[in-house]
Amino acid sequence: MTPDKEPSGAECLLRALKDQGVDVIFGYPGGAVLPIYDALFQQNAIRHILVRHEQAAVHAAEGYARSTGRVGVVLVTSGPGATNAVTGLVDALMDSIPIVCLTGQVPTHLIGNDAFQEADTTGITRPATKHNYLVKRGVDVARVVHDAFYVARSGRPGPVVVDLPKDILIGPAPYAPPSQAPHRSYRPVTEPDPAAIARAIDALVTARRPIVYAGGGVINAGPEAAALLTEFVHLTGFPCTNTLMGLGSFPASDPAFLGMLGMHGTYEANLAMHGCDVMFNIGARFDDRVTGRLNAFSPDSIKIHADIDPSNINKNVPVDIKIVGDAGRVLRAMLAEWRRRADAPNHAALTAWWRQIDAWRGKDSLRFTQKMAAGSVIKPQYAVQRLYEICRATGRDTFITTEVGQHQMWAAQYFKFEKPNRWMTSGGLGTMGYGLPAGMGVQVAHPDALVIDIAGEASILMNIQEMGTLAQYRLPVKIFILNNQYMGMVRQWQELLHGGRYSESYSAALPDFVKLADSFHATGLRAKTVDELDDVIHRMLAVDGPVIADIAVDPRENCFPMIPSGAAHNEMILGPEHADRAAEVTDEGLMLV
Amino acid sequence: MGLPMRDMRNRAHTISVLVDNESGVLARVIGLFSGRGYNIDSLTVAQVDRDSQLSRINIVTSGTEMVIEQIKAQLDRLVPVHRVTDLTVQGPHVAREMALVKVVSTGENRVEALRIAEAFRARVVDTNVGSFVFELTGAIDKIDAFIELMRPLGLAEVSRTGIAAIMRGAATI
Repeated sequence: MTPDKEPSGAECLLRALKDQGVDVIFGYPGGAVLPIYDALFQQNAIRHILVRHEQAAVHAAEGYARSTGRVGVVLVTSGPGATNAVTGLVDALMDSIPIVCLTGQVPTHLIGNDAFQEADTTGITRPATKHNYLVKRGVDVARVVHDAFYVARSGRPGPVVVDLPKDILIGPAPYAPPSQAPHRSYRPVTEPDPAAIARAIDALVTARRPIVYAGGGVINAGPEAAALLTEFVHLTGFPCTNTLMGLGSFPASDPAFLGMLGMHGTYEANLAMHGCDVMFNIGARFDDRVTGRLNAFSPDSIKIHADIDPSNINKNVPVDIKIVGDAGRVLRAMLAEWRRRADAPNHAALTAWWRQIDAWRGKDSLRFTQKMAAGSVIKPQYAVQRLYEICRATGRDTFITTEVGQHQMWAAQYFKFEKPNRWMTSGGLGTMGYGLPAGMGVQVAHPDALVIDIAGEASILMNIQEMGTLAQYRLPVKIFILNNQYMGMVRQWQELLHGGRYSESYSAALPDFVKLADSFHATGLRAKTVDELDDVIHRMLAVDGPVIADIAVDPRENCFPMIPSGAAHNEMILGPEHADRAAEVTDEGLMLV
Repeated sequence: MGLPMRDMRNRAHTISVLVDNESGVLARVIGLFSGRGYNIDSLTVAQVDRDSQLSRINIVTSGTEMVIEQIKAQLDRLVPVHRVTDLTVQGPHVAREMALVKVVSTGENRVEALRIAEAFRARVVDTNVGSFVFELTGAIDKIDAFIELMRPLGLAEVSRTGIAAIMRGAATI
């Protein structure tokens, strides 16, 4: 671009991205976005990672965003490029991940004519995004891109689509820097109301059986928020549980940590939620995986709910004290208010509550039995546990992504996270095929870190083409497949709820994952029995490049504890290790997913 | 303590939403209602301020207190939405709708239709040997009542605008 010439839409777009601090884009070219690719070719500030499928571009951007706290950027073409991205967009919407997705569009004069590779992208993505834009004039390019970044990262973060017709990308587009003025209409509340904070502390100071229930909102609020959460839990002496999305917001090794709660949460976390008298929900949304049967959810508690999105409050569970604000600011205000109170908490009651929690902990609900004799089949729980222990022993900064299913729950249960932003999993949407591309995005953001996708043999095939991306950019992501030859969670539900009729859940005709790795220029490893496991993990970690480790695990193993659909927290099914397993699934429960 | 006391009855609420007058904003609002399974009893939209490019959407919806609270919060988080006001909660307000009602009849029924129309202060905006088109403005229940009375008298077609609503007194949204 010569200084005296007005930039093209594509040049203006790249300048706006640079001013937004973008250093990498995940994308896939096509006819409508050729002007952007041409402009990318002529600059060095922004790196482009070429994925193999547009869905993977969005997941990669999610991995980048979740591991850095920054906005992830995607670039795809019109029509199929945009429609392929939709699953990733909904995934980011459900899990509140800031993404800006740039989509090409046919030239403005062809819109509505069923042109080649035309799709109504803003129409299709309207319910799939936090917001979307169709840019119809060159003069709007810079303003809309800046607006998109603001919307993506402000309040409850989410994905934003900017649809860019090809004539706008080619035609003139005067540049404008980001505006400092407040947004015209979207100004989410981040600072909590002091009166609500005071009421929350009133309830917590007098609590006899309190619990802190922290979710992904704490992670989205940045590492300071996680540090403040830890400080608050230590100051109060309360127990703390995390949602699937919140893992890492509180150190897993801390004695106050009860583990994850919900459908596959620990016995102590779920019973503490059920039996508490004051619940402090910070940055979680009372998801159905967490609450179980709503009319039996924590029946006797005062509920405090702090969330940056007012629409999350009183959505599923009516609460007593509502706090709207950023999780970090809420926690800072709560800490200050707690310290102002001379009247300390009820120590005697709290001691009795911890005694009760310790009794529940004594159940050891994640217990499993691994036979250690040579040739014994590997229990999936043991595989994750050894992976965790060996990774920890290396001392390397470790990031875990997952696919969706049993392996995801075992990863959540047996891999321990001490810091935020180290755990990337598809929580709300439950997208199989998430982990490999998300891991790519994490590795791009953290080139020297250890990035592992804990996968299942069925999920991994949903975006297996991204092995090509790993090879092209030498991204040393490790794919650790818990191979039980079944869509394990489907199989588990069929066993428990559908009379053992394993309809279409067997993973027939699987590829040889070692050869598959080889053909994608990666290293393939396999462990068939327990005596081979540690060696495979050590070798996997030693390879300076992408690896698929195919771990053959017990195909009959189920994921416990489990709150069956339609059951309450105190109606958990425990694993076969436990004599008192309990719980029946009701007809209403069978209807739920 | 337990659950806070909640009103579980369905009630109609009139909600006014001030939005940027941009393409797609009505689709966002309607998509929100259909996607989340909320009712729309009536919806109107029109630009109200040319200079600031603002449109006003008036929605009549019904639900429990918890659902209405959700609807307002969901509307408020839409990016082009400036302000959401629940007129039913805010206090006294005026809500008016216009309807065009076609009645096709002869003889005694025709005379009766005209008599009722006069009682309702409906205007005859088109007339023919065998038909009337009445124009009627009023609250929703007044228009409902008028239509019910016309039904046995040859009611043929109804076109309603949906409501425009505004607070009473000097207060504004």
